[in-house]
Amino acid sequence: MISAVTGRRREGPAPSGSSRRLRRIDHAVGLAFVAPVIIGVLGLGLVPFGYVIWYAFHDWNPLVGTFTWVGSANFSQLMGDSTVWASLGVTLAFALMLMVLNVTLAMVLALLLVQKLPGTTTFRAFFFSPVVVSTVAWVLIWNFLVASNGGINGVLSMLGIMGPNWLRDPDWALVTLVVIQVFKGVGMNMILFIAALQNVPADVKEAARIDGASPRRVLTSITLPLMTPTVLLVTMITLISAMDVFAPIQILTQGGPGRSTTVISYLLYRTAFVQQDFGYASAIGVLLFCVVLVMAALQWGTRKRWVHDEV
Amino acid sequence: MYALLIVMSVPFVYPLLWMVFSAFKPANEIFAIPPTLFPTTWTLEGVSRIFTAQPFAQQYLNSLYIAALVTIGSVVVGALAGYAFARIRFPFASWLFLFLMAGLFIPTEVTIIPIFRWVTSLGLMNTHVPLIILPVLGPGSIVAVFIFRQFFLSLPEELEEAGRLDGLGRLGLFMRIAFPLAGPAIAAVSIMKFLASFNLYFEPLIFLRSEHLFTVSLGLTGYQDHYGEPLYNTQIGATALTVIPVLIVFLLAQRQFVEGLSRTGLKG
Repeated sequence: MISAVTGRRREGPAPSGSSRRLRRIDHAVGLAFVAPVIIGVLGLGLVPFGYVIWYAFHDWNPLVGTFTWVGSANFSQLMGDSTVWASLGVTLAFALMLMVLNVTLAMVLALLLVQKLPGTTTFRAFFFSPVVVSTVAWVLIWNFLVASNGGINGVLSMLGIMGPNWLRDPDWALVTLVVIQVFKGVGMNMILFIAALQNVPADVKEAARIDGASPRRVLTSITLPLMTPTVLLVTMITLISAMDVFAPIQILTQGGPGRSTTVISYLLYRTAFVQQDFGYASAIGVLLFCVVLVMAALQWGTRKRWVHDEV
Repeated sequence: MYALLIVMSVPFVYPLLWMVFSAFKPANEIFAIPPTLFPTTWTLEGVSRIFTAQPFAQQYLNSLYIAALVTIGSVVVGALAGYAFARIRFPFASWLFLFLMAGLFIPTEVTIIPIFRWVTSLGLMNTHVPLIILPVLGPGSIVAVFIFRQFFLSLPEELEEAGRLDGLGRLGLFMRIAFPLAGPAIAAVSIMKFLASFNLYFEPLIFLRSEHLFTVSLGLTGYQDHYGEPLYNTQIGATALTVIPVLIVFLLAQRQFVEGLSRTGLKG
């Protein structure tokens, strides 16, 4: 994605007489080719987003049929709403825990499996397989395993440990969700890291080794610094997609116990489609968008401190 | 090192194995202590109700045909735009490309409210139309454009020179030369979009109301008997039926899956 921004189109051949006509046709054809996606993203992305901002200034209950301008009332309600602030905290806790666990585990797996040893392909397939399984199927299976009388606690009780009711215990529910999601998605990040590890030039590592660097030193001083652009991209993608987690919450905990797993996107869903308060839900949507943007900007902003510059 | 890898792969592989075997357990064995992987009594009690407890075959077909249409639509839309951004010089090209980059940052949950309103007023509630249109044309299509653009940028331009000398126009160059060579990009986009559509949960939950129109994701969460009690082993069996075909295709075409999905790097 980053190279997509800076990537330059190669220069075509110099225009000759007949290609001038072709160029004029090209203008029309080019616009026609991109029209579906441009119009689609405009109509189904940007315009709806504009509407959400507009709705956020209204009191709108589709059941009663009311749609009245209330100014910034929804936003001032938002500021004083402890549920919203709690869910903001839950969302950040969920996303940050998931990002740290996911990226760390992915890096460990990648370092183990980048070596060309017999069986590594099989293990890569093992770790990647949950990625192709649908989220709903994955969380349904885990729902059984983490139940109070499920497989995990069964194993723990054989060890003499009394496991908690993972998804019904306010101290454990969010962590359990994070772990289930990490197992689901870590294979993807592992593959991205393996690809990046393979791109670290062998001669640079070789040179360090000849200069007397230990394998650990090669890893920390050569390999990992050269990986940082990929790490930045992967952490950003992981964090942003964790900010709008929905299916696991809806299926496993419905935001509970209490509000310990009520993330913003789930709060938005409940406010709009259960409580039918579309105006307030729109204000929550604007907040969600701002939070995502701030998180992305923060990560992008700190990149100079830890991302190795390739050029 | 192998011992470590085997221990680490347990939470990735065991749930899937447990799912397959638990489909053949009687309901009371699913929560047995100590937990078992293999059923002590094998039974078809759960499996036999998969298609009778709700119209699961219909739901499966719904998911398949929606995902197929989404895949075809996304390949066409993505290839056209990706080709144009890579090869054709046209006005505002770089601005339009930046616009698409920005579109990636809009979360689906945020725009669902106005889209829900439009879907309702167009009478498309409880139909599959929004589930097909949104992923093909909405912000979900942007990644497909990026994949095709990257691919066409790496395709040697000389290949098209020959066609141009033969008098092919832009459309001909795209249809006869560039698109037929785009196999890897088509595979990547197809795998990504098919899985994303087949696994979709949020949008079906919002737009679908009738059981016979449900997709698999919705159907799986709805296994109950006539008294509203959950049918555990039936649910597990249906989940296995959803997951196993995808896993088999994945194991057969591992390289395409891994390359295709990691090329996108984005969630499905």
